[in-house]
Amino acid sequence: MELELTADQKLFQASARSLLEKDHSLDRLRRLEVGEPAWDRDSWQRGAELGWAATIVPEELGGGSVSGEGVRDLTLLAEELGSVVAPGPFLPVNVVLAGLVAAHGTGPDHTGTIEALASGEQIATWAVYEPGDQWSPDAARVTATPTGGGWRLDGTKDRVESGSEADLLLVTATTPEGLAQFLVPTAAEGVAVSPQWALDLSRPLAEVRLDSVVVDAGAVVGTPATTAEVLERQLQIALLIQCAEICGGLDKMFALTVQWGFDRYSFGRPLASYQALKHRFADMRTWLEACHATTQAAAEAVQAGSPDAAELVSVAKSFVAERAQWILQDCVQLHGGIGVTWEHDLHLYLRRATSDRALYGTPEDHRRRLADLSSL
Amino acid sequence: MTTAETESVESFRARARAWLADTMPRLDENAPLPVLGDDDHEWVRARELQKTLYAGGFAGICFPREYGGLGLSRAHQRAFTEETAGYEMPVQLNIPTFSIVAATILDMGTEEQKRERISAAIRGDEVFCQFLSEPSGGSDLAGLLTRAELDGDTWILNGQKTWSTSAYAADWGLCLARTNWDVPKHRGLTMFLVPTVAPGLHMNRVKMVNGSREFCEEFFTDVQLPASAVVGEVNDGWAVASRQLFHERNAVGGGSPFVSGLAGRPRALGGQSPFTVAKATGRAAEPGVRERVGEWVALETVKNQMVARVSRAIGTGTLPAPGAALLRLFHAEAAQRSTDLAMDVAGAQIAAGVGTEEGIAGRAGVSYLSRQGASLGGGSSEMARNQISERLLSMPREQSNDRDIPFNQVKRGRS
Ligand SMILES: Cc1cc2nc3c(=O)[nH]c(=O)nc-3n(C[C@H](O)[C@H](O)[C@H](O)COP(=O)(O)OP(=O)(O)OC[C@H]3O[C@@H](n4cnc5c(N)ncnc54)[C@H](O)[C@@H]3O)c2cc1C
Ligand SMILES: Cc1cc2nc3c(=O)[nH]c(=O)nc-3n(C[C@H](O)[C@H](O)[C@H](O)COP(=O)(O)OP(=O)(O)OC[C@H]3O[C@@H](n4cnc5c(N)ncnc54)[C@H](O)[C@@H]3O)c2cc1C
Repeated sequence: MELELTADQKLFQASARSLLEKDHSLDRLRRLEVGEPAWDRDSWQRGAELGWAATIVPEELGGGSVSGEGVRDLTLLAEELGSVVAPGPFLPVNVVLAGLVAAHGTGPDHTGTIEALASGEQIATWAVYEPGDQWSPDAARVTATPTGGGWRLDGTKDRVESGSEADLLLVTATTPEGLAQFLVPTAAEGVAVSPQWALDLSRPLAEVRLDSVVVDAGAVVGTPATTAEVLERQLQIALLIQCAEICGGLDKMFALTVQWGFDRYSFGRPLASYQALKHRFADMRTWLEACHATTQAAAEAVQAGSPDAAELVSVAKSFVAERAQWILQDCVQLHGGIGVTWEHDLHLYLRRATSDRALYGTPEDHRRRLADLSSL
Repeated sequence: MTTAETESVESFRARARAWLADTMPRLDENAPLPVLGDDDHEWVRARELQKTLYAGGFAGICFPREYGGLGLSRAHQRAFTEETAGYEMPVQLNIPTFSIVAATILDMGTEEQKRERISAAIRGDEVFCQFLSEPSGGSDLAGLLTRAELDGDTWILNGQKTWSTSAYAADWGLCLARTNWDVPKHRGLTMFLVPTVAPGLHMNRVKMVNGSREFCEEFFTDVQLPASAVVGEVNDGWAVASRQLFHERNAVGGGSPFVSGLAGRPRALGGQSPFTVAKATGRAAEPGVRERVGEWVALETVKNQMVARVSRAIGTGTLPAPGAALLRLFHAEAAQRSTDLAMDVAGAQIAAGVGTEEGIAGRAGVSYLSRQGASLGGGSSEMARNQISERLLSMPREQSNDRDIPFNQVKRGRS
């Protein structure tokens, strides 16, 4: 959490909070049947009306942020959504927007798509992972082959968040000239989307098969010269959203566990009176502060477009994702038997954090990236 | 000075950059590793460097002008510290002289103490140390046994202190002693400023596991102190000590505004980072090694981000002062993880040096041996955890069997 919020930011936060209270409950999430969607387009539409897909989009493209610092507003929002493990395409839509906005003015024009995504009318997602692969966006095996006036895409993507619900896919593919990105409608001929089992109950995933999918030249996002930069921007926004939503979830679960420590008694004393447990609470409190510190610092760097932004998002991801596991598992432990039950909320947060840890680079991936970015 | 007259941070930075380039000696990265345990010349050097800073108008940046400082903001200090990268700086004076002892005198000292001691330190004339811990215990500081008794106008000090870092190089120590034994422990303490060369004060150096001899122990036998040596009020020394412990946690955690130049003391701790060790051992290409170096980079970065956030939160009152314990605790964790990672990276090479020299991998090994220093010096990690859980999270306090009992009736040791 930022240390000081402006009045506008507080209002923005409050509007998100009250919509989430109305539209969403952890209990509903817990009781989802297999195949039942975790969210519907109407609720996403209501979020978009509050600006959930607008923060990092410039006003002239249909966006706008309350503080004038869109990345920081996005982070604030991610914390709110994360604090209730909110379902919905918040991450994928904003990541695609990050890419489209970064590429804006360099390749084919996507103004219409940007506006439709910002208003909530359309939903898009990033198809970047491929079956069996670890995080390696540069090594896409999906190919894009030039045809007369356009491109033909072939191959398979998986772990595509909200793939079954999306209208558009941002596909990262390898062309004869190197890496490129394409906007592909899920309704296009040759696109087959099938649901994929997901650890996080609130985030449906899909496998996407592209079988001779033909798109025109206007589907390209950016130019060969800008692709690396655009990909980096998408990654930075994905990582920031993950870190911020984890922070929001941790705040909530830590507070719950502290309260439990005061309320639950053993041997005639509250759990919070045992030094063995107090010391673990102290460690968790410290890690939590550090998680906020590094997420906020990364958000400031990405907001400012500073040269160390790439490094700072990897610092944040590698740290926050790891400490989230430490904290949440300890929260489970301090809850005792109830903590490992389906009825308790903790697993919903643990699922989100574990899934966030895995996607867009694990802590180990980001540590190696940090070594690459240092002069080692 | 009003805000309107204050030099802007950027102008101060520009002036500092030019001055440093003209005046301060550059660090020699290829200089041989200094020998642990023999650092007397470094203290002479630190005083010289401090005098140079003072002459150039760059000493005591955050201390008030009336006590010899510049009265500038944390932002000015931060800018200056950033500019000092690559230059020799008197970093030995950061902890405890400026950030703990001078900071405590500034909060709690008499006008005379502030004028004389703080300005002397800023000029590079004096160095300070802390006489707090005793052989009977350091965590339970208020349970100390060194006594001071009033004889006419003169205080007579008797007892023993220990683990006082670099006291041999210091001129004055802040010494906490018991002045009333008939009241509960916190209410019978008084803080004194004691000259390290006072007659009756005998000092020994204590060799540490890494070979350093910066630890000292002191024996006080009828050491005479004037009434003006008292810091704060007689029998209210705990209030002074509490400020001192706050400054200590803050300083050790990296949050003090009175630290100038890089806060660490690479010499004393061996300073062999996983990065350096990876290069020295030729293992930089191994993925496992790269992961560990990346982890270290991340932790160092998070530590600094944490310092910035928590210092700001304490400054604005968002966090209460015990929040400094968060920095204290995280510092120890980061320092120890760094030591462990360096050991991992050194792998098989840690057990042996280069010929008869310890070399960089050997230094990582020595550093590993004194790993726990990071969670003891400046108050232990356990005490920091007590602070966080009790003061920030309001959890029940630990049982203590000496609360509200006159100190002379408190059980000490098994007998
Ligand atoms: C997989 C599994 C199988 C189980 N099977 C059975 C079974 O077959 N039959 C059965 O009767 N029970 C069973 N249990 C229950 C199990 O024995 C209890 O969960 C366990 O004893 C802890 O009790 P609790 O859940 O009430 O937590 P609590 O006792 O409330 O403890 C909560 C937390 O506080 C800690 N704590 C409590 N008191 C202290 C203290 N004095 N000092 C320090 N820490 C303390 C605990 O370690 C725990 O982390 C099972 C539990 C699990 C998870
Ligand atoms: C590098 C270094 C530099 C130092 N510099 C100075 C200095 O300049 N001046 C000075 O006066 N002192 C200095 N010290 C001493 C330091 O402050 C003490 O070592 C520290 O306060 C612990 O005191 P102790 O060593 O007596 O251990 P003890 O207080 O005897 O503690 C022993 C162990 O028990 C734990 N423990 C004690 N009480 C509790 C409790 N209530 N709850 C949980 N755990 C507890 C401690 O955490 C520790 O692990 C330094 C120490 C080191 C390592």
